[in-house]
Amino acid sequence: MKNDISIVLSGEAGQGIRTVELLMIKALKNSGYNVFSTAELMSRVRGGNNTTEIRVSNERIEAYVDKIDILIVLSKNAIFRIENRLTRDTIIIGQNNFIEEKYINGHYKIKDVAISSLAKEVGGLIYSNVITYGLLSGIFDINLNLIKESITRHFSTKGKEITDNNINAVIKGFKKGKELKLGIQVEKDEIIKNQVLLSGTESIGIGALAGGCNFITAYPMSPSTGVIQFLARHSEEFGVVIEQAEDEISAINMIQGAWYAGARAMTTTSGGGFALMEEGISNAAITEVPIVIHLAQRPGPSTGLPTRTEQGDLNLALYAGHGEFPRIIFAPGNFTDGIYLTQKAFNLADKFQVPVIILTDQFYIDSFQSIKSIDFTDFKVENFVTRTDKDYKRYKNTDDGISPRGIPMQGDGFVRFDSHEHDEDGFITEDPDIRTKMVDKRLKKLESYSKESIDAEIIGSKNYKTLIVGWGSTYGVIKEAIEKLNDNDLAFAYFKQVYPLPNNTKEILSKAKELIIIENNATSQFGQLIKRYTGMEFTNRILKYNGMPFSLEEIIEKLKGMQ
Amino acid sequence: MTTIFDFDQIPETSWCPGCGNFAILKVLKEALGELNIDPKNLVISAGIGQAAKISQYINANCFNGLHGRALPVATGIKASNPDLIVVAEGGDGDMYGEGGNHFIHAIRRNIDIVNIVHNNMVYGLTLGQASPTSRKEFKTPLQLEGVSSEPFNPIAVAISLGASFVARAFSGDMKQMKEILKEAVKHKGYALVDIFHPCVSFNKINNFKWFKDNTYYLNENYDNTDKMEALKKAFETDKFPLGVIYTNGENKTFEENLITYKNDKRPLYKREVNLEKIEKLLASN
Repeated sequence: MKNDISIVLSGEAGQGIRTVELLMIKALKNSGYNVFSTAELMSRVRGGNNTTEIRVSNERIEAYVDKIDILIVLSKNAIFRIENRLTRDTIIIGQNNFIEEKYINGHYKIKDVAISSLAKEVGGLIYSNVITYGLLSGIFDINLNLIKESITRHFSTKGKEITDNNINAVIKGFKKGKELKLGIQVEKDEIIKNQVLLSGTESIGIGALAGGCNFITAYPMSPSTGVIQFLARHSEEFGVVIEQAEDEISAINMIQGAWYAGARAMTTTSGGGFALMEEGISNAAITEVPIVIHLAQRPGPSTGLPTRTEQGDLNLALYAGHGEFPRIIFAPGNFTDGIYLTQKAFNLADKFQVPVIILTDQFYIDSFQSIKSIDFTDFKVENFVTRTDKDYKRYKNTDDGISPRGIPMQGDGFVRFDSHEHDEDGFITEDPDIRTKMVDKRLKKLESYSKESIDAEIIGSKNYKTLIVGWGSTYGVIKEAIEKLNDNDLAFAYFKQVYPLPNNTKEILSKAKELIIIENNATSQFGQLIKRYTGMEFTNRILKYNGMPFSLEEIIEKLKGMQ
Repeated sequence: MTTIFDFDQIPETSWCPGCGNFAILKVLKEALGELNIDPKNLVISAGIGQAAKISQYINANCFNGLHGRALPVATGIKASNPDLIVVAEGGDGDMYGEGGNHFIHAIRRNIDIVNIVHNNMVYGLTLGQASPTSRKEFKTPLQLEGVSSEPFNPIAVAISLGASFVARAFSGDMKQMKEILKEAVKHKGYALVDIFHPCVSFNKINNFKWFKDNTYYLNENYDNTDKMEALKKAFETDKFPLGVIYTNGENKTFEENLITYKNDKRPLYKREVNLEKIEKLLASN
């Protein structure tokens, strides 16, 4: 069988598909396989149809593919929604009564595995997901001891009987999987065993901890909530204050109080919640209190598609808040960058006293991949808080626009923040000259930041004629597409800082004869931003806004069509 | 009497002559002074409105943020540095209208802060519209036929949400107001002090005389630890009771419940990040 395999698990919400996904990708990675997985879920707790895709490959993979090599059917009505992704080569595994007649009579390779019956033999349908885990482990011939250990660990708090039953279940599934003799030929690589497997959510959470985050508050909203839950799990160990806010307005204001008192605080939200925070962002701008916001995008407007993906809120992040003020916006496309940029966000917020926004989306947040382990000695938690003296002026005019920030109880001065226009001492003023100076002072901070600005990265040919521009979560699919196309005229400019535009923007775009932009939205928001600042226009646009991420096949096909 | 909370040069206030805010400012500074509070350890978190401007006139730390949002800011401050004494202050529109949701949840959290609300039953800074506490039939440039909504009852709401200290004062009686404010500052946990005060420009009905005629002090025999009795008092409107209407110091505060301070009492700004531990956490994945 081929060396790049896509497995799709399809069933109902509430069946524990994500548990199988987590156990399986871990087992694959620990066996030395390149692995990537992503889930697409309906906005419901039970029923419907959810799928998870796990890719296993000889090469490093970071993208979603349409093709399905192995389909595991876990419930009735689990195929029709993904029917167009099946090919003659797709192997459909499941019990016969879950696979509708037309598929059994079709051109597909059907393997009848009675998962429910096996589960009942162990003790009930509840064991179906562990049987499935065993089945996949058998197909990939993963070391059985490793599988058993993972079960023992996963059920460590559930008692001996439950653990034993699950081990029994995994062995039953494993045997079935081996019996299928699918002849998997994906190569393993020892190096991968030493890599770390994580989700997009965890990349933001780890980055936050490494940035010294010790305060997070948020109102739960998919797909952003995982970040505060991750930090909650580690709050005792790392001394992080965790609070579920009554609304997003509270969250954005609470983190300002926290920074004011010397914490390093963040909030995490999605589009609707971020919209509620706008006034607070504006408040952070004039009071010059640092803030870090994680904005995990999902398709709007309004409730839109709550569990799906889109890059539709770049403009929201860019223009949020009344008044004129600087901000910094990052959009990591892979989890290494997710960690580095989130870490950096805290240092930059502290240094420049501006809102720093990390833009991700559902696809990024809910995907898993392994990355090279990170050397944390590279990181530095930079603290810019100054001790105040008796004559401390909170809004002192400086050359770079940055006024030294004091905190209460650290020094002899008073720390006076004000949301009105204010003088250097923080007192309300309506003096037109002071107003002008203060606006200039705040705007100057963006110029000062430009010295530390993060360049766009060129991937692919250095002598490109055609340049593809992408930002954030489309990184993986564009990168893999140009690797597959292997065209000397083609390169990909990956923007992980979307605002301010990186210093090398104009230079790299000018080198190309043809520009293509790829965005997971309908109006090419980033393309418009580039046009606004550079005057350069994109001759071709590949846009998608049906709630799904780009697949590797569609990017390759569209790029071929453009050449 | 000058206090440590006075500026060397008295700032010009934006209040109308005769405004109840002057008395509140004077008494609050005196109360804090008499409690020997170091201004460096004090933060006033204020919203927007005539009342919230008080933060401009007290020589201490302050965060004068958005309309309605003084409580979330105060929560963030107190949770990050429990050593600070935090006062969240504003008017009735600020705290009960725009900030109503935060009022509810700040009480539920029982953060150890003092929440002072200047309640004059009218909007001052926006020139005279109804506030959440305006009495029915109160006519304004916006409520031309008079207010038809029920007035918000902060005392009853606070008690029913489990507030651990609920008091009402009248700015016309500075002596009693000072005692109530001192009790509130000393109280461990969330403390609400709703202060009736006249707006000389926009509320001609609920003026100094009206407050004087329509209030009375709870007598010495009143048991302010009895929640049901306190609720009864909270619903009295023919004459409004003044004093500490309810108090209960049994509940743990928000900060005490935070796992962050379980084994380490230091405020967040004094802590170091252990990058090695984070590296281990990632490696354990």
